[in-house]
Amino acid sequence: MTAQTARPAADDIAAPQDAPAIEPRSQRPWWRLIVLLFGALVFLFPFYYMIIGSLQKKQNTSLGGALPQPGNVTLHNYSQINAALDLGRALINSGIFTGGVLFGTAVFGVLAGYALAQLRFRGRSLLFAVMLLVLTVPFQLLIIPLYVLIVRNYGLGDSYLGMIAPYAINSTAVFVFRQYFLQLPKELFDAARIDGASELRVLTSIALPLVRPALLTAMLLTFIGPWNEFLWPFLITKQQSLQPLAVALANYISTVSGVATNPYGAILAGACVLAIPAVALFIAFQRHFVSVNIGSGVKG
Amino acid sequence: MSSLASPGTATSRGDTRGSGMKRFARAVLGRQPIGLIFGAPYAVFIAVLFAYPLGLAIWISFHRYFFAAPGVSVPRPFVGLANYQAVLSDPAVRQALLNVLIFLVINVPLTVGLSLLLATALNAAIPFRTFFRTSFYVPYVTASVATVGVWLFMFSGGGLVSNALGPLAPVPSWLINQKWAMPSVAIYVTWKGLGFYILLYLAALQNVPKELYEAASIDGASRWHKLKSVTVPGVRQVTTLVTLLAIITGANLFTEPYLLTGGGGPNGKSTSPVLLIYQTGIEQNHPDFAAALGVILVIGVLLIAGAQHLLDRGQS
Repeated sequence: MTAQTARPAADDIAAPQDAPAIEPRSQRPWWRLIVLLFGALVFLFPFYYMIIGSLQKKQNTSLGGALPQPGNVTLHNYSQINAALDLGRALINSGIFTGGVLFGTAVFGVLAGYALAQLRFRGRSLLFAVMLLVLTVPFQLLIIPLYVLIVRNYGLGDSYLGMIAPYAINSTAVFVFRQYFLQLPKELFDAARIDGASELRVLTSIALPLVRPALLTAMLLTFIGPWNEFLWPFLITKQQSLQPLAVALANYISTVSGVATNPYGAILAGACVLAIPAVALFIAFQRHFVSVNIGSGVKG
Repeated sequence: MSSLASPGTATSRGDTRGSGMKRFARAVLGRQPIGLIFGAPYAVFIAVLFAYPLGLAIWISFHRYFFAAPGVSVPRPFVGLANYQAVLSDPAVRQALLNVLIFLVINVPLTVGLSLLLATALNAAIPFRTFFRTSFYVPYVTASVATVGVWLFMFSGGGLVSNALGPLAPVPSWLINQKWAMPSVAIYVTWKGLGFYILLYLAALQNVPKELYEAASIDGASRWHKLKSVTVPGVRQVTTLVTLLAIITGANLFTEPYLLTGGGGPNGKSTSPVLLIYQTGIEQNHPDFAAALGVILVIGVLLIAGAQHLLDRGQS
């Protein structure tokens, strides 16, 4: 075993570590390395090319253009996309949208997940069954009625509230929270309850600290939903000053870019700005984003 | 108080006079009625933003419904199944469903094969393992709008891919070619989602008992044989999930045909059902048609999910 085993095991109380199971016979990892290198190339090249393209003074789609060319480098594309979209404003909008969803999920989603896992109350199985239904029915298929309700009936078009509302509590996260809380030993809670601790206190000072690493994983997965979401905010924001970056950039791609001098340069500059926060977060927290956690989230 | 012995009743400790009331409340609300309060915000959320819209979609699909100017009240007569008939006889809908099928035929085998291959390669002590694992899911966590931007750059006419292939590149170029538009969307989606499935397969592989491989080795099984009779059955659950999620993804494609192939082009050859819902319902003001299409898709997805669930049970 290599350094992989040295990874701290304190991470996941709920799940075994993401440690490689070794097939004893295969002492020749060369085929694995070739496959993995090829895979990494296919996955990472477009990102590399995104950066290269965003820095090109003059668009160069030849094979040589895929290599950095000192003479053809500029930051002008970034100022061009900033002039067209107001990147700062768009990033703030993305932040508010994402922050609202994270807040709703962290507070109400955790409460619901805890109740579903550890509390006996009337309607619990109904709530659980409905949650599974929500997980199966794709959100996109509800856009017409949601549009009618939120934009037409409640007049929440072009508002943060309307943008956040359908996402306010991420059902996948609720499901994951429930799975995590289910795995905690019941005796722990009973002891606290006998000592007279309120249920809210049991949740915040016993249950939550125990599942904190898992919670972080679920919140990371929740983050990419609204940050990357396009369809819904696109439908309900007509004012550019309220559009999240994904929407503003998509509009730029489909309409404005045709008239720009180096359209792809500007598009790719915007794409880099949109991609960096999510990618940076996942690289920073990649330790928490292990297969076992994800698996427990998706497996019924 | 004997109830002390059972968990979760500590709140009633020492309270003898109120115990009748408590017992009654417990019978109606459950042993820990506080759960109702904890679950209430989520229940309200589901009711208002899931159940009610779902009901409204069904109602709209049975009526003639269009968006009128604010404040104007228009009649919305019941039209029975007329909207459903319109949906089912619409050639654009048929094309969209055919496109979903093309998508599945390309996406499912590619996803299953490649993610199983990469997960198997990752499932060992390999140098730079963390780097590889991370690089595989970078596309998955990145916004579609951003990655579509670079795919447009690479696959448009005169883009890097066409330049690299030279005369082998299709004419017209990938994204505006009737034959290649939908496969391009399917390949893009496969690339973007693969990292997620690799992690799922990796988790499943780690749960396959090592003894099975050892037993197979003792029996003299070849590498291929082990793959066929130990690995593939061992990860069957994930494969089922991949198929189900691919069907859901296929029905829900929107960003990709909207941006990558310029609104489902060419000639509707890469339209998806959700893109049609958007175009007919909101752009062309036929929300009744769009709602009926949405209801048909929900029923379809639920039927397939149910059938898979039954199949899964039958096999295990």
